[in-house]
This record gives sequence, C-alpha cells and structure tokens, in this order.
Amino acid sequence: MNLLGKLDWNAIPLHQPIIMGATGFMVLIVVAVLGFITMKGAWFYVWREWITSVDHKRIGVMYIILALVMMLRGFSDAIMMRAQQAVAAGGAQGYLPPEHFDQIFSAHGTIMIFFMAMPFVVGLMNFAVPLQLGIRDVAFPTLNSVSFWLTASGALLINVSLAIGEFSKAGWTGYTPLSELQFSPGVGVDYYLWSLQISGLGTLLAGINFVTTILKTRAPGMSYMRMPVFCWTALATNLLIVAAFPILTAALAMLLLDRYLGFHFFTLDGQGNQMLYVNLFWVWGHPEVYILILPLFGVFSEVIATFSGKPLFGYRSMVAATMAICVLSFLVWLHHFFTMGASATVNGFFGVMTMIIAVPTGVKVFNWLFTMYGGRVRFSVPVLWAIGFMVTFVIGGMTGVLMAVPPADFQLHNSVFLIAHFHNVIIGGVVFGSMAGYNYWFPKAFGFKLDERWGKASFWCWFTGFYLAFMPLYLLGLMGMTRRMQHYDDLSWQPWLVLAMVGTVIILGGIVCQVVQLVVSIRNRDKLRVSGDPWDARTLEWATASPPPAWNFAVQPRVSGIDALWSSKQRALATKGDLSPARVYEPIEMPKNSATGFVSAFFAVVIGFAMIWHIWWMAGLGVFGAFMTLLAFAFRRHTEFEVPAEQIARFERARQAGVAA
Amino acid sequence: MRYGLLILALTSVALGGCSEGVLNPKGPIAGAERLILFNSLGIMLAIVIPTILATLAVAYWFRASNWRASYQPDFTYSGRLELLVWSIPAMTVLLVGGVAWVGAHDLDARKPIYSTATPITVQVVSLDWKWLFIYPEQGIASVNQLIVPVGTPISFELTSSTVMNSFFVPQLGGQIYTMSGMVTHLQLQADHPGTYPGLSAMFSGDGFADMRFTVDAVSDNRFAQWVRETHDTGPVLDPQSYADLAKPSKAMAPYTYRAVAADLFSGIVNTASAAYNQSQSICSTSQRAER
Repeated sequence: MNLLGKLDWNAIPLHQPIIMGATGFMVLIVVAVLGFITMKGAWFYVWREWITSVDHKRIGVMYIILALVMMLRGFSDAIMMRAQQAVAAGGAQGYLPPEHFDQIFSAHGTIMIFFMAMPFVVGLMNFAVPLQLGIRDVAFPTLNSVSFWLTASGALLINVSLAIGEFSKAGWTGYTPLSELQFSPGVGVDYYLWSLQISGLGTLLAGINFVTTILKTRAPGMSYMRMPVFCWTALATNLLIVAAFPILTAALAMLLLDRYLGFHFFTLDGQGNQMLYVNLFWVWGHPEVYILILPLFGVFSEVIATFSGKPLFGYRSMVAATMAICVLSFLVWLHHFFTMGASATVNGFFGVMTMIIAVPTGVKVFNWLFTMYGGRVRFSVPVLWAIGFMVTFVIGGMTGVLMAVPPADFQLHNSVFLIAHFHNVIIGGVVFGSMAGYNYWFPKAFGFKLDERWGKASFWCWFTGFYLAFMPLYLLGLMGMTRRMQHYDDLSWQPWLVLAMVGTVIILGGIVCQVVQLVVSIRNRDKLRVSGDPWDARTLEWATASPPPAWNFAVQPRVSGIDALWSSKQRALATKGDLSPARVYEPIEMPKNSATGFVSAFFAVVIGFAMIWHIWWMAGLGVFGAFMTLLAFAFRRHTEFEVPAEQIARFERARQAGVAA
Repeated sequence: MRYGLLILALTSVALGGCSEGVLNPKGPIAGAERLILFNSLGIMLAIVIPTILATLAVAYWFRASNWRASYQPDFTYSGRLELLVWSIPAMTVLLVGGVAWVGAHDLDARKPIYSTATPITVQVVSLDWKWLFIYPEQGIASVNQLIVPVGTPISFELTSSTVMNSFFVPQLGGQIYTMSGMVTHLQLQADHPGTYPGLSAMFSGDGFADMRFTVDAVSDNRFAQWVRETHDTGPVLDPQSYADLAKPSKAMAPYTYRAVAADLFSGIVNTASAAYNQSQSICSTSQRAER
C-alpha cells in the first residue's frame, strides 16, 4: 500500500508552462509576504494581533483581505478565458486545450462565488454589524475566528489544486453525472468538494453566530425597528445562510459518498437520480444569490442616506422588502432548469414567483431614489459605486425577469446571455456594493481615508469595462452562442468577443487603480487621517474612534431612536452641548485571544488534502487533531480578561485631545 | 450605460436580418418565443428606462453644490409614494407574469404543433461527443446531421448515452436537456428551407465545443429522396455498431445509417450506462428492467 495514496510526482504538472508559471508567481508572492514579516520581526505581532485575534473587526479585515487576494486569482482566470475566446474562432484552437480551459472556468466560478464574494460580504458584516448594534463583539467570538480560518482553508485547498493535481472540470455547479467518478475520475472534483465542504462549514457557523448576535445582543434601546438597515439585511442574509447552506453540504456529501464509497445517489447506474443533484444544488444556489446581494443592499442604503445627508426614505418599506426577498428567495430555484422537462404549470409557477421577487427589489431602487430626492448628495467614491449600481442593477434585473419567462428561457438558457445577466447583477450588485462598503468603512477600520482620485479612476474603469465586457455577451447569447465553449466555428462572433476582451482589460485597469489607491493612501496616511466621523454619518459605528479600540465603545451606547448617532448629533447641535461629555468609565470584560480557529483550520486542511489524495492515515490524524483542538477549547479555564477603567479613560482622553487639536 | 442599451437595441434590430441566432427565427416555435421575448422586454423597458433616467437626474440635481435644489432632510416617508413605489413593480410583474404563465402553457415543449401535415418523429441521443438522430418511421439514422422536411412538425424524443446535454437549434426554437435513462420531448418545425446550426447548450466534458450539428430543412420531395438514398448506403445501426459509436470521440464528420435495429432507442434509454461501461452496468440493467 502506498503511504501517500494517489499522490506522486506526476501530480505536479511540470510540463505545462502556463500552470507552472502561475504556481511560481503564487509561491513568489507568499515567500515575499512571509519574508517581509520576518524582516520586520513582526511574527509575534501577526500571531497575537491577527491570527489568534477574536476581535470581530480584525476578523472582518482578514475576510476582506482574503476576498481581495482571491479576486486577483479569479480575475486571472477570467482574463485567460476572454483571451482564449477572442482567438479560438473558426478552425483555431486558441492557446488553452479543453482540459485546461474547463478547469479555468470551473475555478473562476467557484473562486468568485465562494472565495471572493462570500468572504467580502461576510467580512463587511463582521466589521460593521457589531459596531452598528452598539456592542463589543459578536455573540461567539472564538467561533467567529474558526469560521474565518475554515473559509481560508477552503481557499488554500483550491490554490493548492493549481500546483498539485488538477481542479474540477465540471463547472462551478458540478452537475452530476459529469462530476461522478465515471466521468471525472481525477482529483479535480474532490478538490472542489472538499474545499466547499470546509468553507461551507465556516459559512454556516458564521451564519449561526450572526443570527444570534443580531437577535440577542443589541445595545439597550435598539429595538428591531431601530436597527440600521445594514443590520436588517445582515439578519436576512444570515437566516438564509442557516437555512440554505446545510442543503449544499448535504448535496455535496451525497456526491462524496458516491465518489468515495460507491453510493448511487446521482449515478447513472444503481437507480441514481442525476436530476436530484441539480435540484438540491439550486435549492441552495438561489438563496445564495440573495445571501450575496442583500447585505450590499444594506451597504447602499447606508451610503446613499449618509452622503445625501438624509435618513433613508421609507425605512419600514425597506425592512419589509428585505424580509420579503428573504422568504421568496426559497421559492424560485426551479428557474435554473426550466429546460429539464418539467410541466408547463410547474415552469409557469416558478417563472411567476421569480418575477414577484423583483417587486421588493424594485421598491428598494425607488426608495434609494427618494432618499437622494431632497438631499445634498456628495459625490464621494462610495456614492459613485452606489449610483453605478442603481443604473447597472436595474438592467441586470430586467434581463433576469426576461429569463424568468419560460419560453424566453428556452432560447436563452445556458447561453452567454445568461453569463451576461448574472455578471450584470453580481458585478453590478455584489462587486460594486463591496467596493462601496470598502471605501465607506475603510477610514473606520484604519483611521485614514482612501485616496479619492484613484478611487474614482477605479470606479470609472470598472464601470465602462463592465459594459464593454458584458453587453457584447448579451448580443452573442441572442446570436446563439452557448457558455463554456473552448472554441467555436462562427466567425461573426469573434469581433464581439474581442470587444469583450477589451472590456476585461479595462476592468483590469480598474483593479490596478484599486491597488494603487491602497498603496498611495497608506503612503499618504498622515494627510488622510480622519476623526471618528469623517462622512458626517448616521449610525453608531461612527460614534467611536477610528480605528475603534478593541472594546468598540468606552461606554455602552443607549439608543433612543433610529439613526442613533445622527439624532444625538442633532441634540448636541440644538443644546450647543458637548457631543461626548466626560464620563465615569468602568472596566470592560473582553474575550481572550484564541488559537482555536487557526489550529482547527490547520487540521481541516490536513483532512481535506488527505481525503483528496486518499491518504487515509493522514486523514485520521487530521480528525484526531481537530477533535483534540475541540477538547482543548472546551476545557479551557479563562475565557475573558478585564480591560481596566484607567486604560479606557486614557484612550478616551487621548481621543478628545486629538479631536480638539 | 444608456449608450450601451441603445447599442444593444440597435444591434438587435440590425442583427434580426442577418444573424443565425434566436432573433432570426425560421419556425413557428422560435417565432413565438421571439415575440414573447420582445413583449416582455418592451413592458420592462417602459419602467427601466425612466427609472435609470430619474436616478441620474435626481442624483445630479440634488448634488451638494447645487444651491438651487431645496434641502428637505425630513422627507423620509410618504404613504402615497410608498403605495406608488410598491404598485409600479407589482403592475409590471402582473403583466410580464401573465406573459410567462400563458407562454409557458402555449409553448410547452411537449405540446404538439398544430398542423395539417403528419408529424415526423426523430429520436435524439447525445453521446460523447456527437449527436445521433434516429428516424424510427423511416428506419434510418444519422450522426451530427439532421434532415427535416419544411413545414412538417418534428416530434423529438431525446435521451443521452452519458452525461447531460441540451439539444438546441436556436433558429427553430427552444432547447431541452437530454438525460440518460429518461426521455424528454420537444416539438419544432422549420418553415423555410435552409441550413441551421444546432449545438449542445449543456457542458458535457472535453469535446463539448465540437458537439455541433446542422439542421437541413428541405422540401418534402427532397426529404423523401434523401430517405431513399440513405436506405441504399452506409452501415447498419445495431447494438454492436452503437457500442462503437458510443465510445468517446470528438468532431465527428456527419454520416448516415441505412437501417436501424428495432427498439434500439428504448434499449438505449433502459440501459444507458451499459454501452459506456459494460462492467459496471450489469446490475443496473436488471434493476432498471424491474422498474
């Protein structure tokens, strides 16, 4: 028996220059980062302040760093696909053979959904929700760290697949029976399955954590109808996570049983049912779309209200619309496979349900419009992203409703029209929203603003790049081009695909501008330094220092209305009083650092890698290690430490002095 | 952005005349589907365009530097506006929803096309990576090439020998999945003679990009002649030659079979995995037979 299972030197694709080049580049970056930390002698700092930190703000920032890094990886895949389709016309085969092209589109989708969009959204919620609720941390701080590190483990496994073995060639949806052992005997699908199982567990734990936090640990006086809209959308999203992710986990687990133990859930033989996987995948998959977009609806609500200098128009309406979407999102999944042969009545029902979900979404757009109406709109970077979103998203919504009409979908299903549609809502909604949130909360997280000029340049590149890259795909879809084609015959498609390639290059410009923006801002941080409330904002996160201390608020806020900070600022103006009068500070209990998250994620990677390569003894060790980590955590004595009142008072005095100066 | 939409609209119109896509239908199903596409698009554009314009106009007029714009920080709720805001999308959806519901029933993939001509049945099998078309009434078969008479409804019965595919002829309308062990149905008709591209719309592995075929819509006489000629040449499609055909291959040139073994199609449906993997499917065959 081979001690290393299926693993040997052949697993490393040494003869493929593109893959080895990408691998070398990745290794170089990792070495550079590790070298930089070593050079600065910062290992102790990184371990204590970041890796073992259970502070929701730090974890939020790490989630967003993960998302940005994985965006670079996913975007490299995107630009390779666009380049391939721009040249592989007529008899040409392009530069990517099918087995490589298939891995690239599978990796692109998997990475962008699970390791770019999800971490970005969860990161923004992690950072902002406890601050907005006026509390010191999430309900289960250590669990939060475990969630993050499990997500990072999944991302690590996907990147390992580049160098060792291969990735799935069955698309990001992994439809059976193509993803079954009979048709995908390699380790690619196993990489896909284990990385999603591990990160999915992390996401589910994060969902439980946030539902508990929002339902049970709000600041005194913050009733449900006084919560900022971002917290409402975060609540809806996390309810969806808790309800939907177990379905994905179950579906992938069944596929794992098929592949590892010869079960017949979705196989062609043994009375397996391939359609069941498709069904289960989308019962999770459609709520997932709303898991991604709802928190960003919240971000837009905050951004538009803040930069218009007005409360959000129709707050109750917005809350109702959010919760309506939350419920309806479970009743539309069948629109992903109208063409699988269901009856007209079933297709008609799900078509109409899909359209109904557009009603609360439309309400939101109108309410944002009326929020700007009568306001004083400051065109800062977050607002540009928000307005770009409103314009782009209604187009994406329209093409979505178009495809919800079953007869139209019979023509558009699986065409590049569909690709254009979901990039229209995911880039126009999720990416634009993430960028708005990133620019909006960055000064809160680090105490200085991001550079405005580079931020605007980045927005305009993304905006025009998006339209150039995806409007041609709508057209190509109508011309009959289907998705995932490694090469094609029809030469009349080529000019449009070249145009799409140009658009992608412009988006690359946008990404470069973002990197430059970050570097320039860090370099000029002293000039860009801000107080606690740089945007003249409305919600509680802006009531504390930037960056906030570990304990968030020196004194627990008491909330007496909606837009808590705004109303207290108005009162202070009216009475000409001091905004934060000297107070008596009390000691604060804070959760202690914990390596539990990092250690359990380490064992998760061991388990995942061992299972992928059939190294059973190593998987056993991994399970044992994970269990011991759990035991060690369960039996720990001291979970909290006390921040002395004097330290808090000192921090607040320094802050007052800073504000005065 | 508005330009993007404008360009989209203009090119769509321009393409209607010359492309091979769904905007240039050659049969009643594709024509009806295009009409539904345009109707739904029209209804929604009536809301979407004003919304986009209003967004840009409001954002521009209420910019902080415009002192002529009135600042109304207390304009945060209006019952009348809320009613309007909920009813505009609701009314739109009512209209488009009606189109969807009626359309889903009218253009049900199983519903026979009304015609005085007698429909022709074609049995479709997707293989790795080519298409097999069996004409049970004529007793012939072809690979990667579908010949149909103009003006006659074609009733397709579809299955797959391996993974899922989707049978798709954009200019004739619609698509339907092909799945192993199951039969799906689709009705199409070509109203104009011509050659139309067909392809798979569901990714099926390495040879997917070459899973193309052509549909030749010809006159009744020409079709009858083709059937006669086909009877004279080519191999016979029996379980043995089918097993050969089922082996994975890419970009296969079209050819025909002069005869087809009886019940071959139902045999494929019932023992789909047998041809692909003899060793694994012995038990499955018997189980499927029991079912």
